[in-house]
Amino acid sequence: MAQVEAPVAPAKPAAPKTPRRAVESGVPDNWQFLHPLMKKNYGQWKYHDRPRPGVLHHVAKSGDELWTVKAGTQRQMDVWTIRKLCDIIDKYGEGHVRFTIRSNVEIGVSKWEKVEPLINALESAGFPVGGTGNSVSMIAHTQGWLHCDIPGTDASGAVKALMDELIDEFRKEEMPNRVHLSTSCCEINCGGQADIAIIVQHTKPPKINHDLVANVCERPAVVARCPVAAIRPALVNGKPSLEVDEKKCICCGACYPPCPPMQINDPEHSKLAIWVGGKNSNARGKPTFMKMVASGLPNNPPRWPEVVDAVVNIVNVYAANARKYERMGEWIERIGWERFFKLTGIEFTEKHLDNFTHATTTFRSTTQFKF
Amino acid sequence: MAKPMHETPMLDELESGPWPSFVTGLKRLAKDKDYMVDVLGQLETSYETRKGYWKGGTVSVFGYGGGVIPRFTELKDENGNPKFPDAAEFHTLRVMPPAGMHYSTDVLRKMADIWEEHGSGLIAFHGQSGDIMFQGVKTDKVQDAFDAINELGFDLGGAGPAVRTSMSCVGHARCEQSCYDEAKAHRTIINNFLDDIHRPALPYKFKFKFSGCPNDCMNSVQRADLAVIGTWRDNIKTDEELAKKWFAKHGMTELVNDVVARCPTRAIQVKELKDLRQGPKISTVAINDTHGLEIDNADCVRCMHCINVMTGALAHGDDTGATILCGGKRTLKIGDLMGTVIVPFMKLKTDEDREQLVDLAKRIVDFFAENALEHERIGETIERIGLVNFLEGVGLDVDPNMVSAPRTNPYVRTDGWDEEVAKMQAKKKAA
Repeated sequence: MAQVEAPVAPAKPAAPKTPRRAVESGVPDNWQFLHPLMKKNYGQWKYHDRPRPGVLHHVAKSGDELWTVKAGTQRQMDVWTIRKLCDIIDKYGEGHVRFTIRSNVEIGVSKWEKVEPLINALESAGFPVGGTGNSVSMIAHTQGWLHCDIPGTDASGAVKALMDELIDEFRKEEMPNRVHLSTSCCEINCGGQADIAIIVQHTKPPKINHDLVANVCERPAVVARCPVAAIRPALVNGKPSLEVDEKKCICCGACYPPCPPMQINDPEHSKLAIWVGGKNSNARGKPTFMKMVASGLPNNPPRWPEVVDAVVNIVNVYAANARKYERMGEWIERIGWERFFKLTGIEFTEKHLDNFTHATTTFRSTTQFKF
Repeated sequence: MAKPMHETPMLDELESGPWPSFVTGLKRLAKDKDYMVDVLGQLETSYETRKGYWKGGTVSVFGYGGGVIPRFTELKDENGNPKFPDAAEFHTLRVMPPAGMHYSTDVLRKMADIWEEHGSGLIAFHGQSGDIMFQGVKTDKVQDAFDAINELGFDLGGAGPAVRTSMSCVGHARCEQSCYDEAKAHRTIINNFLDDIHRPALPYKFKFKFSGCPNDCMNSVQRADLAVIGTWRDNIKTDEELAKKWFAKHGMTELVNDVVARCPTRAIQVKELKDLRQGPKISTVAINDTHGLEIDNADCVRCMHCINVMTGALAHGDDTGATILCGGKRTLKIGDLMGTVIVPFMKLKTDEDREQLVDLAKRIVDFFAENALEHERIGETIERIGLVNFLEGVGLDVDPNMVSAPRTNPYVRTDGWDEEVAKMQAKKKAA
C-alpha cells in the first residue's frame, strides 16, 4: 500500500540570494606556483642544454641545476587526466608544473636521478615525452565543433590524427630546426602563424537565410565587415536582408560571425588549405608570414587522411632538404619557391598569385632565378 | 552512473593511436555525467554531418560583461527541442592564467574539483589567447562555478571588444635569455586594465603579449596589438669556459656553418686569437688555445641565433629592456600586419619603468577607444590614419628605428621641413 505523504506547508519564497560580488583580482601572482629553484634563481639563470630529447637542463649563476621534463597533452583535459598528471608530478616530480604555449607540460626536478623515473611514469601513463629543440612540437589549435560557434571543422580531432603520425618527430630532435604547427577551423586563423598551418578555406559564397537576417543581423556592420565590399543591403521577398555579389565574394566567411544566417560552412565546399613558412622569432631572418601552398583538401573526419598525408609529406621533404637551423620559411627562402613546389610535388596555380592588399610585395621583380 | 552512451563510431576512431586522446577523456567524464553523454552525442553528429551546432548568446556573471563564452545547442528535432537535451547549454569560462602558466599540483587539483562539481569536468590548458578554458557549464551553474574559481584567486579573462587575456613566456623563472621580468610586466599592465577586460566597450579586441627576448616565444609580433619583446643595448657577454666547452663538443665545422654563417648581419667572425680586435663595441671570447670569436656589436641586430646555439657562452648584455611594437594581427580585414616598432627601447627594471609602460599602454588604449572604427584593430587604425598621426596621438617621438626604410614616394607636404629638422635637433640636445 502506498504511503500517504503528510501535506507539506507551502514553502515561503526564498529571499532572493544576493549575488556574490567578484573580487577583481586579475592575473594571479605566479610566485605562489613557482618551483622553489625558480624562485631562488629568478632572473639569475646562466645557460641550458638538452641532455636528451624531451629534457632541458638549466644551470643558474648560483650553480643550482634544474631539469625539466616536457611532455605532450591532449590540451582538452578531463579532470581524471588532470589528476593523473598531478599524481605523477607529486610522486616523480616536485609538485610544480608549467604549460607551454603549445599545451605541453614542463615538470621541473632538482636532481638528474629523478628524470628517468619521471619520463617512464609519463610515458607509461600515455603522455609522450618530447617537444624540445629541433622537434615537431604539439599543434597550437582552436576549438572546432566541440565548442566554437562558427567552425568549419573540428580542431582536437584533426590534431589527434596528425600527432598520431608525427609523434616520433615529437619524441626525437631530428628536424633541421623546430617545427611549429597550427590548425584553425575558419579563416580567422585563431591557431596562428606557423611553420605549417592547416586552415579551413571555404569555396562557395554564404547561403543566406533571408527570413532571419533582419532580426538577427546588424546589417550595416555586416556590410562593413566584408573585405571586398561584396555585401549590400537588399529587400528580399519584401523583407530587409543582405545580398552578396557572388562574383566579388572571396568566401572568407567574415560575414558569418556577425550574421549567422549567412551560412558559410558547407560539408562539401568548406575545404582545408595548407600554409607554410610562418615564423615569429627574430632569430636569423626576420619574422615572416606564412604562405598558402595547397588548398582544396577535403574536410574528412574523423582522421582527415588527405590532410595528414599532405602535412607529413611537407615535413619529410623539409627534413630531407633543409640545413641545420633553417626553419621551414628560411629553407624555402634559400632554395626558392619554385624548387619548393617541385620537391613537394604541390602544383603551383594561378590561385597562388596574391591579389589582395600588399600583393605586389609578393611578386618577383628581379632576374635572380635558381634555374 | 550516467545514462547509456550514444553510439559514437567516428569519435571512437580517435581513441586509437599513440597521442593522448581527448575522446577517451570525454568518455570518462560521460560515465558519471548525462551532460557529457549528450556532448559526445552532439559532437558525433558534427563529425557525421561536418557541421557545427553551437550558437552564442548572453550569459555572464554578476558585475561583469564578458569572460563567459555562451553556447546553446542548435541541434533540434522537428518540434524545436534539443536532440541532446542534457547538452543544450555548454558555456565556457575564460580564466586568466598566472604569468608563465606556472601551477602547483595543489591548485590544479582544486580547479579539477571545482569543475567536476559545477561544470563538465573538461578544462583546456590553454586557449589561443592564453586563457584556462573551463569548458562546459550550464547557465544556472555559471555563477557558482565562477565564485569558486574566484575564491581560489583566479579571475575571468577577456572576450569580445575588450582588452584580452595576456600571455608571457617562462622568462625570468627559468630562462637565461630573459631580458626583463615578464611576469611583473604582464601582471602590472593587465591588472591596470581589468575594467576594460571585464566590461567590453572598445571598438574591438586589444591584446598584449610579453616575450622576454627576440625569440618571441609568445608569438607577439604577429598576434598582439601591443607586443613587449625583451632586448638589450650593450654588448653581448661571453663566457670563456662555456665557449671552450661548446667548441670541444661541436668543433670548427659546426661553429662556422651553424653559428658564424648564420649571423644575419655578419657581425660575428672566427679569428686567430692574436687577431681579435678590442674596442667599446667589440665582444670576444676564446674557443680554444688558438681561435676565438669576435662580435662587432654595432652590427649585431640582437636576433638571438648565436646566443640560442651557444647558450651561456654568449649571452645578452646587462642594459636590458624591451622593444614595444603595436598593431600585429591576422588577415581580417585589410591583410596581415606585423607589429610596428613604436618604442625601440624601454627600460623595464624598476616599478617606475613599468609605470611608464602602463602609462603608454593607457594612452594607446584610450586612443584606440576614441579613434578606431567599429571592429577595427589598432594596426588597421594606424594603416588608415598613418603612423605619424598615431604617434602624435599617443605622444611618442618619431625615431629612425621605427622604419625599415624611409618613404619611397614624394607624396608628402614638405613645407615645414626646416622646422621639423630644428625640432629633432632640439630634442637631441635636450636628451
